[in-house]
Amino acid sequence: MHSVSNTGISETRTAEHPQHAVCWSCKGPVAASALFCDTCHAIQPPGQLDHFTRFGLNRDFIIDLDAIEATYLKQQQLLHPDRFASKSPREQALSSQQAATLNGAFETLKNPVARAEYLLRLAGEEPEGGEGHTVNDPALLMEAMEMREALHDAVDRATIDTMIKDTRKQARACEQDVADALAQNAYDRAKKLTTRLRYLMKMTEEARAKKSRLAAA
Amino acid sequence: MALLKIHEPGQTPLPHEDERQLAVGIDLGTTNSVVAISNDEKPEVLRDKSGGTAIVPSVVYYGEGADPVVGEAAREQINSHADRVVSSVKRLMGRGLADVKSIAGTLPYHVEVPSEEATQSGEPMMVRLNVGDRVLTPVEVSADILRALRARAEESLEKPVEKAVITVPAYFDDGARTATKDAAKLAGIEVLRLVNEPTAAALAYGLDNGAEGLYAVYDLGGGTFDISLLKMQKGVFQVKATGGDTALGGDDFDHAIAEHLLAERKDSGTVDSLDASDAKRLLQTARKVKESLTGADSTDITVSLGGADSTHTMTRATFEAMIAKLILRTITITEQVLDDADILADDVKGVVLVGGSTRVPAVRKAVAELFEQEPLSNIDPDEVVALGAALQAEALTGGSDNLLLDVTPLSLGLETMGGIVEKVIDRNTPIPVAKAQEFTTYQDGQSAMMIHVVQGEREMVDQCRSLARFALTGIPSMAAGAARIKVTFNVDADGLLTVSAREETTGTEQEVAVKPTYGINEIDMANMLRESMMHAREDMEMRLLTEARVEARRNILAVQAAINVDRPLLERQDEDNIMAAIAKLEAAMSGEDRDLINQQAEALEDASRPFAEARMDSRIRQALAGRNVDQVNEFGS
Repeated sequence: MHSVSNTGISETRTAEHPQHAVCWSCKGPVAASALFCDTCHAIQPPGQLDHFTRFGLNRDFIIDLDAIEATYLKQQQLLHPDRFASKSPREQALSSQQAATLNGAFETLKNPVARAEYLLRLAGEEPEGGEGHTVNDPALLMEAMEMREALHDAVDRATIDTMIKDTRKQARACEQDVADALAQNAYDRAKKLTTRLRYLMKMTEEARAKKSRLAAA
Repeated sequence: MALLKIHEPGQTPLPHEDERQLAVGIDLGTTNSVVAISNDEKPEVLRDKSGGTAIVPSVVYYGEGADPVVGEAAREQINSHADRVVSSVKRLMGRGLADVKSIAGTLPYHVEVPSEEATQSGEPMMVRLNVGDRVLTPVEVSADILRALRARAEESLEKPVEKAVITVPAYFDDGARTATKDAAKLAGIEVLRLVNEPTAAALAYGLDNGAEGLYAVYDLGGGTFDISLLKMQKGVFQVKATGGDTALGGDDFDHAIAEHLLAERKDSGTVDSLDASDAKRLLQTARKVKESLTGADSTDITVSLGGADSTHTMTRATFEAMIAKLILRTITITEQVLDDADILADDVKGVVLVGGSTRVPAVRKAVAELFEQEPLSNIDPDEVVALGAALQAEALTGGSDNLLLDVTPLSLGLETMGGIVEKVIDRNTPIPVAKAQEFTTYQDGQSAMMIHVVQGEREMVDQCRSLARFALTGIPSMAAGAARIKVTFNVDADGLLTVSAREETTGTEQEVAVKPTYGINEIDMANMLRESMMHAREDMEMRLLTEARVEARRNILAVQAAINVDRPLLERQDEDNIMAAIAKLEAAMSGEDRDLINQQAEALEDASRPFAEARMDSRIRQALAGRNVDQVNEFGS
């Protein structure tokens, strides 16, 4: 059977001329970022575009989510494996890679924490909070502990609702702070704020989970 | 040369008439199955010869030395040959024995216990059923049902049917999805796509009503409950969140009634010891009670077991009290899913009911109360899933303006130190998806690493479903924590998982399609194919031949398109060579020899290589023209 390995396909970029790639189908030139070959219309491998470029955006933290979703849907309409069900196995595999790459990019951009961390990495900075990383911001640890205790003590849905609302408000404010820090290239501050944002999001999630546990009881 | 048809990038041109085979939609249900076909976005269910019901009971009768009988005729055998009739087999799809123990009491057939050493090997074993003198896997039984549906479709359409979209509960895990695909393979059906049942239902309603917005699909079938939230906008159906329970359905209502009847008999002094046949008959009686209480407030029942008859009266109120807890469970799960997606019940524009169990008035009432609106039910809840599947089958074979974007129903992760699950892909992540995570060794000189893949939401491994275990071996000797092992999870558009592991510093690699543990392993599959379907090999050959032709046609079109664009770069001699190669390839394509087609395709590639090189050179020269040396260097770096 004609099998296509995931790594085999993307090897067709010409090493000495990165702005040009060879179309795997008609063997002619194709732009490195093209989704389809201009000449023979065959679907191309996803390549190494960063997520912002993939969505035609500048590398800013503040983004227009509705516009991104519109772009996402438009690209999925073209790239999704359902569009290639009667095509060759190779084209199906490429479509699957393209759609997965697009999904990954969209998921990263949608989530403020993932987006901030991604921007930090693009800037050559390693975000906090990886495996084995301890947070050494006493103020944040204190804040997180207090929130956790309050959630632990909450026994009715109304109290939890208020907590959720409050935490979300803080998260929104924190997002703005992250945006400012990133815009000023103040990466150490951006890292700290991103960690705080991650805590706030996690608390909201835990509060929601507790709320539905209360509902189920 | 004739003018070429050039289509928009990404738009799939309609396949040629000769290769556009019929593709049907199949709802392979726990209790009932339905097959449907769609033309011009008008789906219709396929009925039996007499034009009667669309429903094929998912029941198979295995008579001694006879071919399996599927459907109503099989159900009629329950009274006389209970031990040879298999029903509700979908509940066992992809299940291991551990799971089955928890529902074993509810199964009317004997489940085979594997040998001690097989159990100790640590691999989850596939369930086997002892049916009369046969030992069958759930996959084989499902394949028999699918064969019957295929036969019905071929009879009704008077054409061969080899492709289908098959629906599965959104909550089906990887093992159950793989098992479903295996069953189709056995039945000689190529699965174009596995589509989640609620998504299919939404598709049927969505196209019908042309409505944009948020929809909830509440699907309570015989054995499974699913709740999905979908957003419809601009022709794209996006699944936002799903949840459910793979062991909750209308069958549980039947069991509740049956237990109630037995308890009443016991109270009046009749002690029953039920054999398989009694149990099946009692459950059938219970099902009839349930159905009549949909319209009536009360119903009278006669139960005759072991020579002792008893009469009972059941009111709808009694029935509703019995199932209240079951219904509440569905409502709780629904609330959880709404919370997950951060959606309020008010935001939901419409609620779609799917599955025969949604005919129960108490179910409808509970759903209406939760969403504060009357649910949609203008399409028959028994048919709506198959109709949606048929629409999707048409979209996949003939092109469509609509697109389904689905999600992973359950989180996927890996076992780490201490039996803790590290999630790699969260539930409700859009598919297809590829995600990688890095791990490291914890001992000096560690040369291998066990990769244990699990599915579920819990934090501990033993509370999740084990999907596969494999070892990454050949890790070079390094200090603890120095190796970088990248584990990549790939979930395709059918929701099927492939996991690969790679040691980054040396490139040592292992890959596993998450299949052998809960699905059927390849050897079993090959044996089954040999035993139960003599023309499986021909089918496979045929598929490969079709694939070779598709690939060859793409090749020719690509070369012709390139000539259209860059004709001035084409040398006379090369053109002659290319034309000759195309003619030979086309001749091969009209034959049946797959190797010859591939050979001629390669020859065409060789013949067009000088032309392709000329095109690349020309483009690079163009790009470099007019740039200064610095820029050139920049590109070169």
